[in-house]
Amino acid sequence: MKPERETMSTSELISKITELEGQIVKLTKQTKSDVSKLKTQQNRADEAVNDLKVIQQQLLQQEKLASLGQLTAGIAHEIKNPLNFVNNFSELSMDFIQEIEEELEKLNDSTEKENILELLSDVKSNLHKIKHHGSRADSIVKSMLMHSRGGTGTMDPTNLNDLIREYVNLAFHGMRANKNPINVDIRLDLDESLSKININAEDFSRVILNLSKNAFDAMRDKIAVKGSAYKSILAVRTKDLGDKVLIVVEDNGPGVPDEIRDKLLIPFFTTKKGTEGTGLGLSITHEIIKTHEGSLEIESELDQFTRFKITLPKTTT
Amino acid sequence: MKILIVDDEQDVETLFLQKFRKEIKSKVLEVMFAFSGEEALRLLGEQDSPEVVYVFSDINMPGMTGLELLEKIKSRFSHIQVSMISAYGDRDNYEKAIKSGAKGFFSKPVDFESLKQEIAELLTNK
Ligand SMILES: Nc1ncnc2c1ncn2[C@@H]1O[C@H](COP(=O)(O)OP(=O)(O)OP(=O)(O)O)[C@@H](O)[C@H]1O
Ligand SMILES: [Mg+2]
Repeated sequence: MKPERETMSTSELISKITELEGQIVKLTKQTKSDVSKLKTQQNRADEAVNDLKVIQQQLLQQEKLASLGQLTAGIAHEIKNPLNFVNNFSELSMDFIQEIEEELEKLNDSTEKENILELLSDVKSNLHKIKHHGSRADSIVKSMLMHSRGGTGTMDPTNLNDLIREYVNLAFHGMRANKNPINVDIRLDLDESLSKININAEDFSRVILNLSKNAFDAMRDKIAVKGSAYKSILAVRTKDLGDKVLIVVEDNGPGVPDEIRDKLLIPFFTTKKGTEGTGLGLSITHEIIKTHEGSLEIESELDQFTRFKITLPKTTT
Repeated sequence: MKILIVDDEQDVETLFLQKFRKEIKSKVLEVMFAFSGEEALRLLGEQDSPEVVYVFSDINMPGMTGLELLEKIKSRFSHIQVSMISAYGDRDNYEKAIKSGAKGFFSKPVDFESLKQEIAELLTNK
């Protein structure tokens, strides 16, 4: 045995033991706190993983949308060519009938001639109808192509009012053709004194589509709550402010709660369930407005209205 | 005057023949067709083929594209004018075509009035 041990007194031993006990308690506490720290850290990691999963899901959705866009462009192109033939041949045939009528006029009058002229006029009116509906289809195909091609980045003098009329209308008909269509009173109040302004029409039409679509979605939710007593209204206004242009897109839907007002423009922020929204609409919208050196303001009162105010400078280059 | 239309869509032939019916009937215009770039080069290369002065070609075709055809025609038959017709009215193709020596660039659906004008100009310049 070692001499030091022998010389340790009982009291010394007890104090040593107490000291050791204290250390053990301390260590246990330390370990406990370490474990709980680890746990919070693990929770944080879990949260991060979850966030990542959600984002991954959204990116996947985005990719799907992108490939859907490509598919649409492909289809639109395939349809465009045969449609051109339909339009061209119907137009040609109208010209020919015109010529036939002129030739017929040179012949002596008879009941047969009368009959032929009558039939020809019917054929001509049918051809007009073919041409008319062909042109309609053509303009739809054109806007499909415009949206999937992606901006070329050039700013051209554009009639903003015409663009708004066209794309609010397109958004409305798109909504009506999809599931859960709603009735909306569309009110356009466009400042006709506005001259052409330099914008990227392709990109800017996306802004109008996104804002209109959001308004329809929001008002659909309000209809679900309030029933048919509520009449949904989408109002779009333009105003010439001299060196700037003001565009207002306003709906009388449910409004935006204060808690989320600041989050609206954040990419992927959505209150829509499942795959109904990617949460990119407003961030893309904001992005496009920024590239036009403009600004976006959101005003809203719960249960009353949501108002998106866009201000664009007139001299964007 | 003889022109050559190049397009892989066969109905383009009917369309042109009908559109230029009067001019063809009065022999002001003679129209030939090729349904590919390769066929167009063969037709132009044939010795006894009467002189084609103007070629209108589609850009998007299987096999040789219209832009490739344009370059080949410009290097082999430099006196022949070439204009492109494209369903894709994009700047990219337009710039490439003009750089390679195309005289004009028409987008589909073809505006036959401007095409007629182009041909009429050629007729008076002769
Ligand atoms: N007019 C509006 N009224 C009420 N809330 C709105 C309105 N517009 C947008 N929001 C809210 O802002 C959120 C984000 O909109 P955003 O357009 O960015 O994405 P989204 O509409 O959810 O999805 P996506 O546009 O990709 O289909 C919406 O989920 C919605 O909660
Ligand atoms: Mg949206």
